[in-house]
Amino acid sequence: MAELSFTEEELQEIERIKAKFPTVKAATLRVLWVAQNKYGHVEPEVQSLVAETLDLPKSHVAGVASFYTQYYKEKKGKFVLDVCTCLSCQLCGGYDILHHLEEKLDIEAGETTDDGLFTVNEVECLGACGYAPMLQLTNDVYVNNLTKEKVDTLIENLKNGKKPEFESMAMPELEKRNQAASE
Amino acid sequence: MAQDWKSYEPLLIPDIPNLQEIDVYEDNDGYKAWKKVLSDQNKWSRNNVINEVKAANIRGRGGAGFNAGLKWSFMPEPDGGPRYLACNGDESEPGTFKDRKIFEYNPHLFIEGALIAGYAMKVDVIYVYIRGEYISWVHQLQKAVDDAYEKGYLGENILGTDVSMEMELTYGAGAYICGEETAMLESLEGKRGYPRTKPPFPAQKGLWNRPTTINNIETLANVPLIINNGADWYGNIGSEEHPGPILYGISGHVNRPGVYEYPSGVPVLDLINEVAGGIRGGKELKAIIPGGSSTPPLRADQLEGVTMNSDSLKDAGSMMGTAGMVVMDEDTDMVEVLWRIAHFYKHESCGQCTPCREGTGWLEKVLIKIKNGEGEMKDLDLLLDVGNQMEGRTICALADAAVWPVRHTINRFRDEFEARCKKSAHAVA
Repeated sequence: MAELSFTEEELQEIERIKAKFPTVKAATLRVLWVAQNKYGHVEPEVQSLVAETLDLPKSHVAGVASFYTQYYKEKKGKFVLDVCTCLSCQLCGGYDILHHLEEKLDIEAGETTDDGLFTVNEVECLGACGYAPMLQLTNDVYVNNLTKEKVDTLIENLKNGKKPEFESMAMPELEKRNQAASE
Repeated sequence: MAQDWKSYEPLLIPDIPNLQEIDVYEDNDGYKAWKKVLSDQNKWSRNNVINEVKAANIRGRGGAGFNAGLKWSFMPEPDGGPRYLACNGDESEPGTFKDRKIFEYNPHLFIEGALIAGYAMKVDVIYVYIRGEYISWVHQLQKAVDDAYEKGYLGENILGTDVSMEMELTYGAGAYICGEETAMLESLEGKRGYPRTKPPFPAQKGLWNRPTTINNIETLANVPLIINNGADWYGNIGSEEHPGPILYGISGHVNRPGVYEYPSGVPVLDLINEVAGGIRGGKELKAIIPGGSSTPPLRADQLEGVTMNSDSLKDAGSMMGTAGMVVMDEDTDMVEVLWRIAHFYKHESCGQCTPCREGTGWLEKVLIKIKNGEGEMKDLDLLLDVGNQMEGRTICALADAAVWPVRHTINRFRDEFEARCKKSAHAVA
């Protein structure tokens, strides 16, 4: 792998992050995010870059990177599908969604498709319990109230480069609340 | 209950379109409480603000239910060094998904509450820590914070006064333990989220060893309501010992899952049958978990007359927690449910304390054995025994949170567990 480095723009962003806290160490999580957003993972050489940039021991950066699940310590597919199977999602069919994805993409949870396009993970509670089952797309938007059909459409869209947009889930509840009160 | 929940108008998430926009928020009395405090600092001295909040008896909405004003009063007198408020937006306990509604629909109410709290405790910087998965909501809250800065509600010499405060937003990267208050401080300091031993308590030695108070997002969103309307008014909302509006997260086998705002003390069965539209598919209710996965489950036959407030739920044998209720229908397999909860705690144990690191693994391992039909009756006692050896023997309460569901699910659904452990169920080789 070629020598890794941050661009001038990224270094400015890192300076902005450092200014938020009284110690440089406090910027570790955020700068790991900057690195992961750039390289798509934080493999050891990326951790070294973060450590050098912040002038912190590599062991510290490695310790932090390994503690938090959202940092990818190994390469992932272009699209990472984090399927929640925790309590509420389990009750509402989270495992059906996970197994449907495993079958459809012919991989097991934790694996990446041969074309490098999709990684499927089983993850712990994503805090979307009322919209179960759901998944998160590569540390970004939530895709809620999944059905097998909705999953199929999502995969087709992603193959065509069309990512889902942020979906607000609250206002319909308010309407329902009013409805419940009037019943 | 002081009022009928059906006639209640929401205060935390009112039905006002685009309330997340600062102009709309201002048009609806937004930042009125903050202006009120700043413009009459004699009347609204730091102590008076704390006393008003203490009298209102806002119980922390993060799960522990401690009086927020009392917590604020633990901050030592200023000594010239920096002081912090750390706002906990790391909700991750299965069943809990309420704070992001505030970020999305009424972020300025939270910001205003945090500012009043910061003023009362004389803090210099308010750190808001949100779970990394909520990146969409991080962006939404950041916009609200930027707008508040632009309008002069935040920063140097706020609204022309000598009060100055900064608000910084940051986020984690996937770790349930960072919702534990001291683990959150460690994470904010850029480290692994290992909980700290207490004492010293954060009010004495918190962020960077300086006085720090940690409050939940929903708790802080209640503060402007109290300043605007008074502690007496607040105390009349919902149940007496646990007053105020509550964001109820309802999930699982109901027709209309979601987050609903009502006063504290709504009957559990009303929440399920009327608010959430009853059980899906016309089935019977089997059990609920009232406030996040660590709160002990209750069987349907234990729910008659139980209301969503700490006293009533305690009498029924459970806890209020975060009011994130998970509802289960008659077909639910409690062995599978308990295994999945145990799996969560095993995955999320930080590994610092041996009883938790090893114990959560054992709980899961034995439950997998039972779930696979390979369990023996003595395994049920083993689970309870392992739990007894974990509880109260660790730095933080994650081990306790892992034990409670195991103990109470086995006790309250013992038949189901025993049926899975019966030797006669196995083929004789």
